[in-house]
Amino acid sequence: MFDNLSERLESSFKLLKGQGRITEVNIAETLKDVRRALLDADVNFKIAKEFTKDVKEKALGANVLNAVKPGQLMVKIVRDELAQLMGGTAEEIDLKRQPAVILMAGLQGSGKTTFSGKLAGFLKNKKSKNPLLVAGDVYRPAAIDQLKVVGEQIGAPVYTEEGNKNPVKIAKAAIKEAKTKGHDVVIVDTAGRLAVDEDMMKEISAIKDAINPHEILFVVDSMTGQDAVNTAKEFNDRLDFNGVILTKLDGDTRGGAALSIRKVVDKPIKFVGTGEKLDALDVFHPDRMADRILGM
Amino acid sequence: VGKSKVDDDVLDQLEEVLITSDVGVNTTLKIIERIEKRVSKDKYTSTTELNQILREEITGLLTETEHKDQNTWELPEGKKPYVIMIVGVNGVGKTTTIGKLAHKYKENGKKVIIGAADTFRAAAIDQLEIWSQRVDVPLIKQKMGSDPASVAYDTVASAQKQDTDVVIIDTAGRLHNKVNLMNELSKIKRVMQKVIPDAPHEILLILDGSTGQNAFEQAKQFTKATEITAMAITKLDGTAKGGVVIGVSDQLQVPVKYIGIGEKVEDLQIFNKTEFVDSLFS
Ligand SMILES: Nc1nc2c(ncn2[C@@H]2O[C@H](COP(=O)(O)OP(=O)(O)OP(=O)(O)O)[C@@H](O)[C@H]2O)c(=O)[nH]1
Ligand SMILES: Nc1nc2c(ncn2[C@@H]2O[C@H](COP(=O)(O)OP(=O)(O)OP(=O)(O)O)[C@@H](O)[C@H]2O)c(=O)[nH]1
Ligand SMILES: [K+]
Ligand SMILES: [Mg+2]
Ligand SMILES: [Mg+2]
Repeated sequence: MFDNLSERLESSFKLLKGQGRITEVNIAETLKDVRRALLDADVNFKIAKEFTKDVKEKALGANVLNAVKPGQLMVKIVRDELAQLMGGTAEEIDLKRQPAVILMAGLQGSGKTTFSGKLAGFLKNKKSKNPLLVAGDVYRPAAIDQLKVVGEQIGAPVYTEEGNKNPVKIAKAAIKEAKTKGHDVVIVDTAGRLAVDEDMMKEISAIKDAINPHEILFVVDSMTGQDAVNTAKEFNDRLDFNGVILTKLDGDTRGGAALSIRKVVDKPIKFVGTGEKLDALDVFHPDRMADRILGM
Repeated sequence: VGKSKVDDDVLDQLEEVLITSDVGVNTTLKIIERIEKRVSKDKYTSTTELNQILREEITGLLTETEHKDQNTWELPEGKKPYVIMIVGVNGVGKTTTIGKLAHKYKENGKKVIIGAADTFRAAAIDQLEIWSQRVDVPLIKQKMGSDPASVAYDTVASAQKQDTDVVIIDTAGRLHNKVNLMNELSKIKRVMQKVIPDAPHEILLILDGSTGQNAFEQAKQFTKATEITAMAITKLDGTAKGGVVIGVSDQLQVPVKYIGIGEKVEDLQIFNKTEFVDSLFS
């Protein structure tokens, strides 16, 4: 594995220098290095392939080999392309409506409940909002208690219906409650679910239909491997979500899932989670993510 | 009709299957090399033979478990209570796996006790308490925020007094790059050894089946802090294949012992190498 892709590319370009102009043939070896770096970072197999092809076109166009430091130029091309794919303009959360309804969705253990708390705290402290958290996970042991603790820690009320096993009804009633109590934001936490679990996927569609959220956030663990594309695609096909939350970036994962998801659903990454504490969130920086994926 | 060597198309396909199962580039290359070696040696390989060779080579990378006969929930002699410590990064399924394990041991006539040494995460104790009620085994706990090592100590000490067969200790999820949290884990282990010198007898690293190449670093760092003895892969009821454990098991020589295939109490199985490798190709 390459701790420094730049150096690695520099040395393979040294070999190429002797061969004069850059060609399809002699660039193949360096592209292999790029592809491998992406796969080591958990970028999806097909997406890594496509990406490498795009980079090849750009490298041939830029005549990389004639540069003083071809390796550096190549890395710049790769980084810029990565950052551009993941970035575009930063998109905020839609809070225009009263109340603004935000729905969380994702696999088990991805960080939905924790992020619900983080977002409520962020909106309360940074945007002077008055959020209501909603305990829509009726399955996981102590899921409601967990959200209550989180709500208490950030000082936001939590709407619960202990004993009610119908998250659609709970969510609907919570919106009503938010209106009467004057909350301008409602954040609905939901149970973790697998994309192949038909009943659970139907349930989250039903929650969406019932409360018509302005913002659906797909919460994904940044350590996720090749499966990120399948899951993101399935959740997006069902929910047409508005943005992605990438959690646990305080670890040392390269986080190639970020690129895979962005490519496959073309939805912006809105926030990242950077710790277990409830203030550990950050807006997404595509350029930092590009460096991270490349291990730089 | 047989072929004398594996052609590039077959290898490309194989590469795609392995990489998309999270096996990783290094391990994939290793597998392909081994196959190429065998196939050029034993000439005229048919597709069926090739498939057989492939499965053999991958299975060969998965480390054997200590007990060859894994189909029983019997415990090793002279280790009573048998102490199991559960470790892993955040949200992988540690607490849930404890519920399932406690259930299996109990079903097999063992007296089980569990300890709530995750005193940090919101409602972690309540979650384990619900599991303890669900499977009807006693729970040792203290208040939120108390010292996890002290909870572990209490649990082991109380198990010893009560003629318990199996002790299972939950720990808080922690990312392996956080030095203080990893040191805390070493401490929990040391403190249990004050009661039972050779405890914990099993340190089970839980890996989320959807995790990619970061699993290598997780396994390395948890081994450094606690010398893990076995692994469990969870959430294999989804579409992720969990292929990264092949390389991890090979590199660290730690066996995979269990798989998690759902959120219910019965959704734990003993790891079966052959079935696992087959699932990569299905
Ligand atoms: N280090 C770190 N841990 C996180 C982060 N976000 C969440 N966690 C931890 O990840 C674990 C799972 O988080 P939860 O919020 O319970 O995840 P969830 O998606 O609600 O889980 P389910 O409801 O079971 O599907 C907990 O231990 C959290 O503390 C993060 O950004 N960094
Ligand atoms: N589908 C599926 N879900 C699982 C499996 N194992 C655990 N889960 C779910 O994953 C989520 C996290 O499980 P926990 O047991 O809380 O994970 P943990 O490692 O204890 O989490 P922390 O203590 O927060 O680090 C829960 O929603 C569980 O129901 C499994 O094998 N399959
Ligand atoms: K996870
Ligand atoms: Mg949750
Ligand atoms: Mg836990």
